[in-house]
Amino acid sequence: MVKKTPFFARTGPLNETMLWEHWAGYLVAQKYQYSELYEYYSVRNSAGLFDSSPLFKYQIKGADAADFLRGVLARDIGQCPVGRAQYTIWCDDHGWILEDGVVLHVDDDEYWLTAAEPNLRYFQNLSHPYEVTISDISEEYGLLALQGPHSRNILKQLTPDAEKLAYFELSSTQIAQKNVVLSRTGYTGDLGYEIWVNKDDALAVWDALMEAGSGYNITPFGQKVLHMARIDAGLILIDVEYHTARHAWVDEQRSSPIELGFSWMFRGLQEDSRPFIGRRAIENELVSRSSRWHLVGIEVDWQRYENLYNGLGLIAPKDHTPIEEAMALYDGEHNWVGHTTSFMFSSVLKKHVGLAKVAPYHAKSGSPLQLELVVNNRPLTVAAKVVKMPFYNPARKTA
Amino acid sequence: MSQAQTKYDAIVIGGGHNGLVNGAYLAKSGLKTLILEKRHLVGGAAITEELYPGYHFTTFSYALSLIRPDIVQELELVKNGLLVLNMPTTLAPMENGDYLFLGSDHYANYHEIARHSKADAEAYDDYTTMLNKVCHAVKPLFDQIPPNLFSQEPDELARLADLGRHMRHLDPKTLHMLVRFLTGSAAEILDDYFESDIVKGLFSSSSIIGSKVGPRSQGSGLVLLFHKMGEVDGAFGEWGFHKGGNGGFTQVLARAAQSFGADIRLNAGVSSVISKNGEAIGVALENGDEVYADVIVSALDPRRTFLQLVDPRELPTDLVEDISKYKFQGVSAKVNFALDGLPEYPALPGRFDLYRGFINIGPSIDYIERAFDDAKYGSFSKRPYIDACIQSTLDPDMTPPGKHVLSCFVQYCPYELKDSDWDSERENLGDTVQNTLESFFPNFNDLVLHREVVTPLDIERTVGLSEGNIFAGEFLAPQMYFFRPAPGWNQYRTPIRGYYQCGSGTHPGGCVIGGPGKLAAQQIIGDMKQ
Ligand SMILES: Cc1cc2nc3c(=O)[nH]c(=O)nc-3n(C[C@H](O)[C@H](O)[C@H](O)COP(=O)(O)OP(=O)(O)OC[C@H]3O[C@@H](n4cnc5c(N)ncnc54)[C@H](O)[C@@H]3O)c2cc1C
Repeated sequence: MVKKTPFFARTGPLNETMLWEHWAGYLVAQKYQYSELYEYYSVRNSAGLFDSSPLFKYQIKGADAADFLRGVLARDIGQCPVGRAQYTIWCDDHGWILEDGVVLHVDDDEYWLTAAEPNLRYFQNLSHPYEVTISDISEEYGLLALQGPHSRNILKQLTPDAEKLAYFELSSTQIAQKNVVLSRTGYTGDLGYEIWVNKDDALAVWDALMEAGSGYNITPFGQKVLHMARIDAGLILIDVEYHTARHAWVDEQRSSPIELGFSWMFRGLQEDSRPFIGRRAIENELVSRSSRWHLVGIEVDWQRYENLYNGLGLIAPKDHTPIEEAMALYDGEHNWVGHTTSFMFSSVLKKHVGLAKVAPYHAKSGSPLQLELVVNNRPLTVAAKVVKMPFYNPARKTA
Repeated sequence: MSQAQTKYDAIVIGGGHNGLVNGAYLAKSGLKTLILEKRHLVGGAAITEELYPGYHFTTFSYALSLIRPDIVQELELVKNGLLVLNMPTTLAPMENGDYLFLGSDHYANYHEIARHSKADAEAYDDYTTMLNKVCHAVKPLFDQIPPNLFSQEPDELARLADLGRHMRHLDPKTLHMLVRFLTGSAAEILDDYFESDIVKGLFSSSSIIGSKVGPRSQGSGLVLLFHKMGEVDGAFGEWGFHKGGNGGFTQVLARAAQSFGADIRLNAGVSSVISKNGEAIGVALENGDEVYADVIVSALDPRRTFLQLVDPRELPTDLVEDISKYKFQGVSAKVNFALDGLPEYPALPGRFDLYRGFINIGPSIDYIERAFDDAKYGSFSKRPYIDACIQSTLDPDMTPPGKHVLSCFVQYCPYELKDSDWDSERENLGDTVQNTLESFFPNFNDLVLHREVVTPLDIERTVGLSEGNIFAGEFLAPQMYFFRPAPGWNQYRTPIRGYYQCGSGTHPGGCVIGGPGKLAAQQIIGDMKQ
């Protein structure tokens, strides 16, 4: 039987479309309203509220918690003091990525970690030499994301901490007299917060947010808009941009962090002697430049795109629905050089954009590419180029 | 050299959206460009003003659709802040208390229309497909400099031949429908597809906007088609609401123009264009300054461009006569409200998600025609057509939290009143609009915190649009394409060398569209290369 999140008593009646999806065994709204664009523009111009409770949540606690995580996670959690959060990844011995997630340093010897897939066994197997306990707290907490330019105006009515938090900072505070952990994080590339709340207090917090947000057009949003927003923001998604190496059969299915664009996580690696899983392989890849491809942003040439369809007597479609499967990319000589992982017409950017894996030779910003589209059942190509990500990056996100 | 004497390559007179677009393209092409705006802010008819503390009104123009998509790309408007908020709903209240409420789901709309007429629900897709095909056929003409019908130049003859070929390639039904739109009435076309009053009332509303026609007048077809030429994300006929209103949009244009190097000078009304030996060389400002440039572009309407900024005696008499007879006859007004909360529609109690798009007060063709009847005889409509929208439902930054602004576009309000004048009738019009709203939304009056009435005379006085015509001249077939604004002068040039026109009185025409500004720049840059 499908599970329901602690917010379901509210999200259930709000979903006027009755379109639901299953996410990690939970029922979640694909969208709440007929117009997903209304939800999307609420995230970009007002405030959107998203139920991310189905994420797996782990508590890593004990005197050795930091030590343990410094060896397990590829990015140095030692750089993340109490009161801060860090986006991170973990890899296998060969430097292949297992997963990405966000760690919250909530207390001296205590971290909380979110992940898209179950990881309890994986972390526990590695934890024996350490004084650390890893607990699955997935079901104890509801998790909300309040995202958008007015998210701060809404939250500041409920807790003074909202205005204090800088990008990726967190605090333990109260909303509607309920204890919450509030972090300035999110998956939309906008100003936003995430709120951890004990499941029994979930509805009280939801109600307080909706009430405080009513003057700011607060709008619950579903999976579809989350995916649109994360593409705008150039944020990767497991099983779309990469697959976990844990269940892979061949290396083609595996990705290294460098290939996914995370070299920035290893900038100070020479000065940091910390052993961590995958370190040797990552160092090798950085030195030998052996990456097979790079994750890049691409943007379609709008004029050629229009002409392509007009030439066939059609109106050029501009569909904001993400296509999260491969579309082929070629160079000028029609040699295959990679593929998209995610692709859509971004309604805020008025452009077709995509995340793509291309051969390193073609990964430089500005590199010309040809994108394969299927038009009238025929494969045709249109000019595109490599561009910097994030595609959408408002100053308020970090301000 | 003092600023007043600086020499520019190009001067654009008028910082309305077309002047800004024109100036941006000229600057982008490398010309040192100055845009001169009479008022303290750019935007012309597309401005947003805080007319009541905390409440931002779209004083005149309020929604966005026609803006040419190529301009959005070429002028990098997204980078400069473009944000077109999607308007997901349309509410059409009815006089019997029922309603037609359309949203973004195709089949939900089918069922909602079927509630009024199954036949209409079935016809809706056919109508939309037909309309899309006609729009698609017109689009290339919309976005190119029109050929000069009266020229013997080989280039122009070739372009006419291209136009003929384009038409011949259309399928016969599309071509036939195109001709019906260009020459006929909206009502005749709608009657072919629909039977219910509310559906026809709603769909006919775009056939009268800004124009002294009723849905049953010949010529209303063209007005309807024009309004369907707009698009949002590739979907013809869709409208959006720009962040901060259409004034937010013109601020984006101003930033874009400046990013390409154009200078914008405010409070700089131009009194005349200076010419020497039939060639424009500069402008004289109202404050006495003179500024010189090789190219002078008027972004004002044709009356001001030809009869005020230059001495008509320098122009061919045919042109002067054509412009003198060019029809303005504005019929539109705005009434803007600050509201304490959202109105409630009795048939849908407790539903506040009804107002995220247009609220169309025009429940039947008869209703709209009756409103038009009043105007024919020189008075404003006793029960007006109203295109309303509560923009704060999409953009909370327009008002204090929880409060709202309601924009009402009102017809018909003829510029020339028979037995009165607009300074006397201003608040009577406001009352009429408010009472009409109260008749559909009981207790509407209780919500009103503040009201701004903008008559056609106010439009003329403030923006400069002659007779308050919102498009700088009627969308009548003899004033379009080959003939906008006058036969032989549809290519943005004027008889004075170096003097050009780029306002809404040129092809493709009015609305927040940018086409005139862009195409004029194309012509100017082309001419300079010769
Ligand atoms: C009430 C109203 C509602 C409308 N609603 C919509 C709508 O919702 N959507 C839509 O698409 N269109 C709408 N329109 C139409 C649209 O706004 C206009 O067609 C368009 O804005 C005209 O732009 P423009 O640049 O050609 O001219 P204008 O906007 O008229 O710009 C001319 C500029 O020139 C300046 N000027 C005048 N004289 C001088 C001088 N001597 N020297 C220097 N500067 C001068 C003026 O101050 C003004 O800024 C509406 C218009 C009105 C009036």
